[in-house]
Amino acid sequence: MYPDNFRYTKEHEWVNVEADVATVGITFHAQSELGDIVYVDLPKPEATVERGKSLGSVESVKAVSDIYSPVSGEVLEVNPILADAPEKLNEDPHGAAWLVKIRLSNPAELSELLTAGQYQEYIGAEA
Amino acid sequence: MVMSSPLKATPLNAIHRSHGARMVDFGGWDMPVQYSGILEEHKAVRTSVGLFDVSHMGEIEIRGSEALALVELVSTNTAAKLADGQIQYAGLLYEHGGFVDDILVHRVSSTHFFLCVNASNQEKDFEHIRAQNHFRADVDFAGERYAQLAIQGPRALEVLQKLTPVDLAAIRYYHFRDGEVSSAPARIARTGYTGEDGFEIYLAPAESVRLWKEILAAGEECGIRPCGLGARNTLRLESAMALYGHEIDASTTPYEAGLGWIVKLDKSFTGRDALLRRKQAGMRRRLAGFEMRGRGIARDGYEILVDGRPAGWVTSGGPSPALNRNIGLCYLPADLATPGRKIEVLVRDRPVEAETVPTPFYKRAK
Repeated sequence: MYPDNFRYTKEHEWVNVEADVATVGITFHAQSELGDIVYVDLPKPEATVERGKSLGSVESVKAVSDIYSPVSGEVLEVNPILADAPEKLNEDPHGAAWLVKIRLSNPAELSELLTAGQYQEYIGAEA
Repeated sequence: MVMSSPLKATPLNAIHRSHGARMVDFGGWDMPVQYSGILEEHKAVRTSVGLFDVSHMGEIEIRGSEALALVELVSTNTAAKLADGQIQYAGLLYEHGGFVDDILVHRVSSTHFFLCVNASNQEKDFEHIRAQNHFRADVDFAGERYAQLAIQGPRALEVLQKLTPVDLAAIRYYHFRDGEVSSAPARIARTGYTGEDGFEIYLAPAESVRLWKEILAAGEECGIRPCGLGARNTLRLESAMALYGHEIDASTTPYEAGLGWIVKLDKSFTGRDALLRRKQAGMRRRLAGFEMRGRGIARDGYEILVDGRPAGWVTSGGPSPALNRNIGLCYLPADLATPGRKIEVLVRDRPVEAETVPTPFYKRAK
């Protein structure tokens, strides 16, 4: 369920790093808690984002939730499928429905993120 | 030490929990917000049938030779016009004209009225009514004696008919019959909060679990869905029905909320004089429907801008599953609250274009 090569936050985002680029998304647990997702608001390419600051928002039928950037850097790419098909976040949150790709400005931040095991323990404890 | 009061639970609480419903604190009640998903439940009600546990709703019974006089005093609508088995939507107002609650008045007989009231208002409503009981009437707080199930959707009648000898087609909209559902005594009312055809069933709490299961089984071939309060809210919003605490509260009058039709100034009732003065002075604000034109979803409490200036606020907002648009209700200055006006909704500090539209947003095909 939670890929071992990803890193996670307690705010339920995931990060998959290849070289100096991090792909960021929200976790299966997050989409399940949110319910039917109907809208995703994301920054534009070239935007600078900071770890722990708002990266955008996802909205379910019921409510709006902030997404916090798990890393600092520059937004390289925004997933083009989400504007028209936000429901993909419910279907494939760890795959096709990634949110943004970010060029890391401070790779050392990655060490502060949770492993898959730690994250699962965390959501287990939270539930 | 901080003492938090435990959540109240309906008799179906264990069923909801064991069937995977997502539970939330709704005004002090532990209620299911969704079962399979709000969109799927919403669609089931619009196209077929859905079942809701609304046992949190309150009931107040007024009996006695002067029961009608008391109901007439507290209700904005004319209860004297009701026949046995008929139901009326009404406001329960403070002397100053604001809402204590919005209620359904059922006339069981000329000496017995049955009121359905909002869950989190029931104690307040009861005290409000009792304080005005200068009549030969008994006011009875009956919330704990009734469970309430709402079966809603175009196929609600077909499903419920399998379980009752009562001729459901003969019950007209806003009428009820006392009879049996699956051998359990039940008050069967043709009312609802979804904008679809359907029934609200009042019954003994002890029978509610069995009936819940039997209705779901009877509706299986129609694709019945157990539904939570999430779908109940999207359904009532599409139908532009008021929700206490959102469109109406102690600071709003029926006129502002577009509910002038439940106010009968030709009779005497608590709040009448204040409403008359307000009516003569002219309305300052008014409820209006709107649709988002730009990208963004309006949520309860968001600010409304007109010509770049703060002009009102969103009382209820969200996506409309049936229309596939983002809709909302808002208060605007009365002269601006007409359809076709360009407004902006401040969505997370960003003004997003919207336009006022006629309500209801959704109307079922007759």
